[in-house]
This record gives sequence, structure tokens and C-alpha cells, in this order.
Amino acid sequence: MTRHVVILGGGTGGTLGANRLRRELPDDVRLTVVDQDDAHVYQPGLLFVPFGLTHPEDIVRSRRRQLHAGIDYRQDTIDHVDLASQQVHLADGSNLHYDVLVVATGAVLTPEETEGLDGPGWMEKVFTFYTPEGAAALESALATFRQGRLVVNVVDMPIKCPVAPLEFCFLADWYFRERGIRRGIEIVYATPLDGAFTKPVASSALAGLLEEKDIELVTEFNTGEVDGVAGTLTGFDGREVPFDLAVVIPLHSGADYVGRSPGLGDELNFVPTDEHTLQSKVAPNVFAIGDATDVPASKAGSVTHFEGEVLVENVKRFLAGDELDGSYDGHANCFIETGFHKALLIDFNYETEPLPGHFPAGVGMPLLKESRLNHLGKLMFQWFYWHALLPGRDIPGIGADMPTAGKESVTSPSTPEDPT
Amino acid sequence: MTTRTLAGATVDINDEGFFTEPDEWTREMAVELAQEAGIDELTENHWTVIDFMRAQYFEKGTGPTVRVLGKTSGVTVKELYLLFPKGPAKMAAKIAGIPKPRGCI
Repeated sequence: MTRHVVILGGGTGGTLGANRLRRELPDDVRLTVVDQDDAHVYQPGLLFVPFGLTHPEDIVRSRRRQLHAGIDYRQDTIDHVDLASQQVHLADGSNLHYDVLVVATGAVLTPEETEGLDGPGWMEKVFTFYTPEGAAALESALATFRQGRLVVNVVDMPIKCPVAPLEFCFLADWYFRERGIRRGIEIVYATPLDGAFTKPVASSALAGLLEEKDIELVTEFNTGEVDGVAGTLTGFDGREVPFDLAVVIPLHSGADYVGRSPGLGDELNFVPTDEHTLQSKVAPNVFAIGDATDVPASKAGSVTHFEGEVLVENVKRFLAGDELDGSYDGHANCFIETGFHKALLIDFNYETEPLPGHFPAGVGMPLLKESRLNHLGKLMFQWFYWHALLPGRDIPGIGADMPTAGKESVTSPSTPEDPT
Repeated sequence: MTTRTLAGATVDINDEGFFTEPDEWTREMAVELAQEAGIDELTENHWTVIDFMRAQYFEKGTGPTVRVLGKTSGVTVKELYLLFPKGPAKMAAKIAGIPKPRGCI
């Protein structure tokens, strides 16, 4: 009997999941990927667009063409999923019946949830680089920005690639120094976190870099309101952060159709998902991968990549009626671009925070330390993304489980107590 | 991991002062914790949030973030900041005797 696996979303998780599943599953299992458009964005590239280091057209490819033979591609908007009848309802009125559903529709930006953010001044004085349009508009704004206060603000977690806003600060510092105008520009990083980053050892290393680069750090700032005309961010606690140019990372939610699908998502439209098996908690034949889930890992491509292996194994086991293999450990790694052709690399999982040392073993790329090699690694990654990661090939030496061989053990610096 | 004494009992807390064993918490301890955090009196609204946080923790394994609190607790984000000025999710989690909400990833 033919069975049907429907994958919602043709981004990183949907594409690599579909390609791996096609290789692993017998031909009598049909595979269909659904997405609303045919533009697959290499999202890590967005960071470089505002600085003229890459262009939107260089980081977008066809979604359909990343999928291997034997996978159907359906371009349509998803209206909603009916878990009880195992149907995906599409906007054109047709339905897709599934035996297994994989939710891989990622996260969307919801600037409208923050008072004033998408009001007057949006895309004039207040930008985001998390969309190709926003990144391109910001490129023009930065090119004519010669003096004043640049504020980079994260409204609240979770966001995609939690280090990207920090990288933006580092690159802005480099960009203005190269142009010889850094002296007249203040760079401020306002974050809802109590430090530069979520994990203590990396947080203190990154805070050190901010200080070195003369970037002001404002912590525990929860943006309540944005005034894009006067140039003010106001926190819920009443604090004000003035700006001449603001780069804001808006709140994120799961895809809209998740909210229209009874029982599929949580309050923020993310799919409640087992953090080890990637089976959803909403129905046994529904799995989720990447930014679309609520697992306590970063919303990042590397997480999605490492989850891919577990997802495919578990979908296979589910179809065979076998017990699931709960092996995802929360492994994430990312290059953190720090400007001047250097980058840091961090590698961590649910249990182990980013530590110094080398990756993937005792000899390799330096961890939590600026180096040119890491910068080259970051640049090379785009090639790996299109040619190895999406096709679902393993990258030699980089497995789903976090390696511990090259890591130093470090005692976390104790977090200072609240001054309350 | 360390311990401290609250309302006459010994409880387990982490380096940041969050409970590691939420079952050890009592309402008397909340009053003491609130005073340490600068809240002289816990009003009915404070208790609504504290009870909601604990219920969510026991149901989902983690306390809600401010954003989720604002969407689901019946108290708006603005009010939450008036009740718990130093960041509602963290401050309320500490007083409610549950671990730091995991939303902070």
C-alpha cells in the first residue's frame, strides 16, 4: 500500500529532510514538499547584505531545484492542517492526505506585535536585516549614515540565529572603521538577556569583544515601544534608548497556518516537540524540525542540520512500526563573524555550553577564539549548504552528536545576582 | 547547586538563586523571596502570576516567558512589568520557586 509523507516547508529542514528521506525510504512511500513560493534563502547570508559583502540575488535559489528526483513539489499556501482526518488543506481548495506529516515551516517575524515597530519610520529609520528586503534597504541606509547613534535591538527571544545581532554589531564596527567615520558613530547593543549571550562562558567572551570594539551593551532591555520618528526605544520598565538608526530583530512566531490548525501549535504557533525524538507532542504521526519546533535549542541552521539525521531515522522507524530512536542531543555550532576577516566558532548542546578548545577534535578550528580560519570557514559554509547540507550528505568529521574531544573544561563564571 | 534557608526550611537552589526542587517551595517562602526582591507585599495579581507560573511549570516542564505570560495569564505585559519590575518571567519564576524559564536560549 502506498503511503504518503507530506513535508510542510521547503527551507533548510524540509529540503534536507526530504532528500534524506527519499534516499532511505522505499519507492512505495510518496514524498511531497509544500511551500508557498519558490525562493529558498540562504539565511546566514542576510547578515552580509547590509555591508555590501553579498547581495540578495546571490543568496536565493529555487526551492524546487534543491529537491531530488522522486519528490513532488507543491507550490501553494497552506490554509490549515486537520490532525484528526490527517489532511493538509491548501489555499486553492485542494487537500493532501498524509500518513506522516513533517512540519518544517520555520519561524516568521511579527513586528506588528511590538507597539510602533512597523509604524512611521519602519524601513526609513528602523530596519531589520532578517528579511532580504530589510537587509537590502538597510544597505542603502548604512551607506549614507555618517554620524550618530546606531542601536541594534533584539525585542525578545527566541530569534533565529541568536548570535547574528552581535555579529551585526561587530561588522558595523569594522564597516565604519574601514570608512574612517567610526569616531562619530556610537554603536549600542540592547538585549533582553542579562548578558551578551545566553550561555555564561560564551557570554563573557562576547562581552569582552563588545568592550574591545567600543560597543555599548544594554542588558535586560525589554522593548515595549518603538518611536521611529522621534528615534526612541522605550522599555517596559520605562528606560529609553535613543537612536538615529535602529536595527531591530522583531519577535518571532511559528507560521500563521499553525495557528489556524486546531491543536497543532502552542501560544506562539511553534509545534510542541520531543527534544530528543523530534516527534510532535500533538499527534504520533506528526514530526517537526528546525525553527518550527519549541525544542530548547537555538533556532539555527546547524541545529536543523543535526536534527535531520534523527528526524529521518524516526520517520523511517515510525513507518515500520518500530520504536523511535531518541538521539538528538541539542547539538549546535556556529561561526560568529567578528569583523576584520576574523570569526569565532562555538559548539554546544542541551547539556554543554560553548567552551574553548578546538573543533571537531584536539586539532582543528579554534573554539571561542577569533581566527582567520574560522572566518574562511564561515565563507565556505555557503558552498557546503547548497552542495552537501541540503542534499543530505554528511559533512566529513561533523556528526549529529556534539564532539567533546577538543574541548577544555571550564568552570562557568557565576552570574551576578539581580541587583534587587 | 547550593542550599539556603527560607521560612525555616532548607531548600535547594542554583547559582542564580532559582529553586532546583520546586516541590520544596511554600507560599510563606514566596513572601520572603518577594521581600528580598523589593516587593513588600504580594497582591492578588502577584499571586495570579505566581500560581500561573507554577501550573505552567508542572504542566510543561518550564515556566513561561514574559511574552507567553502576556498572551495567556490574563495579565498584560505592561501590568506584568508593574508587578515584577525587574523582568517578570525571571523575577516571578524565582519567587514562584521554579527554575529559570528556558525560553531564554
